[in-house]
Amino acid sequence: MSRFDRYLWNAGAGLLALLWILPLLYAVWTAFHPAAYEADFTLTAPLTLENFGKAWQAAPFGRYFLNTFILVTGITAAQFVLCTLAAYGFARFRFPGRNILFSLVLLQLMVMPDILIVENYKIIRAFHLVDTLFAVALPYIASGFGVFLIRQTFMTVPRELDDAARIEGAGPLLTLWRVYVPLAKPTYLAYGLVSVSYHWNNFLWPLIVTNSVETRPVTVGLSVFATTDSGVEWSVINAATLMTSAPLLIAFLLFQRQFVQSFMRAGIK
Amino acid sequence: MRKREWIYGWLLILPALTLIFLFTHFPAVLTLLHSVFSTPRGRKAAHFVGPANYERMIHDPVFWKVLTNNLWYALGTIPVAIALALLMAVLVNRPFPGRALSRMAFFTPTILPLIAVANIWLFFYTPGFGLIDQILGLFGQGQTNLLGDPATALPALMVVAVWKEAGFFMIFYLAALQAIPPQLAEAARIEGAGRWTIFRRITFPLLMPTTLFVSINAVINSFRLVDHIFILTNGGPDNASSLLLFYIYETSFRYWDTAYGATLTVVLLALLCLLAIGQFFFFERKVHYK
Amino acid sequence: MFDTLFKGAATAAALALVTALPARAVDLQFYFPVAVGGGAANTIESLTDAYMKDHPDVKIDPIYAGSYQDTITKVITAARGGNPPQIAVALSVDMFTLLDDDLILPFDDYVKTDADKAWLDGFYPAFMENSQVDGKTWGIPFQRSTPVLYWNKAAFKAAGLDPNTPPATWQDMAAMGRKLTKTDANGNVTQWGVRIPTSGFPYWLFQGLVAENGGKLANAEGTETYFDSPEVIEALHYLVDLSSKDKVMEPGIVDWGATPKAFFEGHTAMMWTTTGNLTNVRKNAPFDFGVAMLPKHKMRGAPTGGGNFYLFKGSSPEQLSAAVDFIKWITAPEQSAQWTMATGYVAPRPATWDTPTMKEYAQEFPPVLVARDQLQYATAELSTHENQRVTQILNDALAAAITGQKTPEDALKDAQQKADAVLSAYR
Repeated sequence: MSRFDRYLWNAGAGLLALLWILPLLYAVWTAFHPAAYEADFTLTAPLTLENFGKAWQAAPFGRYFLNTFILVTGITAAQFVLCTLAAYGFARFRFPGRNILFSLVLLQLMVMPDILIVENYKIIRAFHLVDTLFAVALPYIASGFGVFLIRQTFMTVPRELDDAARIEGAGPLLTLWRVYVPLAKPTYLAYGLVSVSYHWNNFLWPLIVTNSVETRPVTVGLSVFATTDSGVEWSVINAATLMTSAPLLIAFLLFQRQFVQSFMRAGIK
Repeated sequence: MRKREWIYGWLLILPALTLIFLFTHFPAVLTLLHSVFSTPRGRKAAHFVGPANYERMIHDPVFWKVLTNNLWYALGTIPVAIALALLMAVLVNRPFPGRALSRMAFFTPTILPLIAVANIWLFFYTPGFGLIDQILGLFGQGQTNLLGDPATALPALMVVAVWKEAGFFMIFYLAALQAIPPQLAEAARIEGAGRWTIFRRITFPLLMPTTLFVSINAVINSFRLVDHIFILTNGGPDNASSLLLFYIYETSFRYWDTAYGATLTVVLLALLCLLAIGQFFFFERKVHYK
Repeated sequence: MFDTLFKGAATAAALALVTALPARAVDLQFYFPVAVGGGAANTIESLTDAYMKDHPDVKIDPIYAGSYQDTITKVITAARGGNPPQIAVALSVDMFTLLDDDLILPFDDYVKTDADKAWLDGFYPAFMENSQVDGKTWGIPFQRSTPVLYWNKAAFKAAGLDPNTPPATWQDMAAMGRKLTKTDANGNVTQWGVRIPTSGFPYWLFQGLVAENGGKLANAEGTETYFDSPEVIEALHYLVDLSSKDKVMEPGIVDWGATPKAFFEGHTAMMWTTTGNLTNVRKNAPFDFGVAMLPKHKMRGAPTGGGNFYLFKGSSPEQLSAAVDFIKWITAPEQSAQWTMATGYVAPRPATWDTPTMKEYAQEFPPVLVARDQLQYATAELSTHENQRVTQILNDALAAAITGQKTPEDALKDAQQKADAVLSAYR
């Protein structure tokens, strides 16, 4: 690569990165400056922490964050367990109805619960689960996408390893745990990231099934807080956004190298 | 022995399958059923109306509007998001000063919830003193009203969606790029292949599984991601930026016309099933899973 | 022997407990929206706390449900799920929707004594228009508002206008707007004359124009709309012309949420927005500003807006009487005054304005009186059966005309046809 080429590529990368981080930069700018500087980027503008205080007082963001945290970890853990079991069943067991059942699972790859909000709400209501964290999680914990992905990986595991474990006397579950799960680590990492990001961001379904502070995730809390008739207060909203996203942001900043590397080492095939 | 394998198989898939049936197939069937009934209101119970809701839908201009909007939205966001994700991954896969920072920049959309970040985009798009207009103002350009003009409202939403998705997909491409043995490219180079040829003939085909993974997500998102509409346009002006799922939400949870909402959902279901099948046939030939 | 003694002791203990405890506590769920920034949610909570202190037998659980839109969605989904709240504040215009779903109860059964009647008669008639139908009262005005005109005195002065005279008529507003619209060397506008936001719920401010033009959007029964009547079409022409002919307003859809900021930034010299913004503008405007009634055309006019208290079916008689008692308390002059001062909403009863607290507040900050004085000209906000759908039909028509996709005539004729199709079932 010529030197000129390299500069061109670096400049391209820098420009794209700048575009992508702009929303975050703006959030930081408004959150740390008085409201009067929301649209005025004077570098000498006074700094303040007042917006964070206002946001903190206006809504229970600590609670919202806790709700989201419980939701995301709960859903991802449950998905891992359920999808692993099903993927193993589909990948390595022969039983009548396997193909038809698997194609029904594949259908859920596309038809996610988000589309069926109306009927799913009625089902949740029938179970008397409206306004519980469990209700927010329930439609998602069995995921066709997860089953599909993990099954693909399991199918690449050589039969011989499976047989070897069986000969040593391990039952199916033990074989799954000792042989398949360790080999599928990269898949779990990739799928986990999709899942965490999905539920960290999920808005429509929680908006419909939650009613109270005790169950509202961050997304719904932020929207409830931001939609007022008296105009958008960017400084306070962005302070709230930063406050709730800060733990993830700081974690990424600190462990950026490790995170990206481990993710890369894992790779998805 | 065979019997035992059957039982094991069924037991393993039972928990996941029960939940998938309960929250996907069962409600999908219910949706079909409700689409041929009227909406119950107050003391008036639902009654069988046959294809009336479908007839109404065919004559509903808003339905056709949101359907075409959604197709444009999908066509516009999916290829762009995937191409940009790949470009970003290639860019930050090489060592250069500021690589860590660039990676973090591309990662921000994953961390900031769309519903919250939509407020920031609202400011960017605000006419007059918004960021875009302030920058254009430096070049003597007049003000824009991107969200307030039916011609640009949907593209403005598409930009936000691409921003959100490309950064996220980049991570998967980056991981896949790292997994490609550098010897492959080295060997090709020795044989005199150019950088573009290497990318096209070696790298890109090896990235196919990732592209499948990413494109499934992109297709899903193009029908699912409507959060920013709530903040940015509410589907306006005159439904110019409304999408199918947003219209379903409006119909079912604002107008309380659940039967018509079910009818619209049936269309979305059919569309997604078709896409699922199509995508599979398309990639079947291109991807070789072991 | 031991046995009877034990039983006796137990009975005595139980009796003591019963007498010590107040009569069975009544639980009330109370959904409320917050449509204005600031500490509105905190004020509601401190008010309910104050009430519970005086009424230890009542336990109120105030639930902040988000915007008006979110709140009505929550209330209806909860009620349809068989778990309705006892009290909710929701838009006054959702009365027909709640009635059609058979979810609410009239207040009339709880208004028995003369004092009760005096309380019910004590609200401004303009606010009761959206609260009564068929001779029954279904909503009690609480956080009510009306749009007013805010103007930037500094900008008026700079444009050579009298900073203390706001536009009185439509013609005035367009003419002053022309003077206030400034362009830079490139011919780009840097300050617009006026801003009437048209995103989200454009029908509301538009209804002000319709009322000023002597028109009406719907009948009181909520079964008939008049979208294509000459007065309505003319009003839309005026609104569209502000951008296209007079060029004093930003073209295209003008965002509601960014409106106060546009005013503070000097991007517009006048704005129409809710009186609920008063506290916000007072705090954040970096210049001297004035508040005026909306300009008149054939007559003065403005819509009312905002939320009413509703009483929900499926509650026990004890809950209902406790709920009504709470609503009476919170709408009483002293509490109502606190609420108005905290939020900027218009106090819905003349008696509130007579409290010393309010008098002092008005003396210190006279603009709060503008909204009150405008009430005598105010009309009910657009409200029909299937209200959200019908208003959305009008919203879409307004957007189509404002963005130049249809002429005002065509847009409103189409809208009227669509509204007729929806409402014919209710006639």
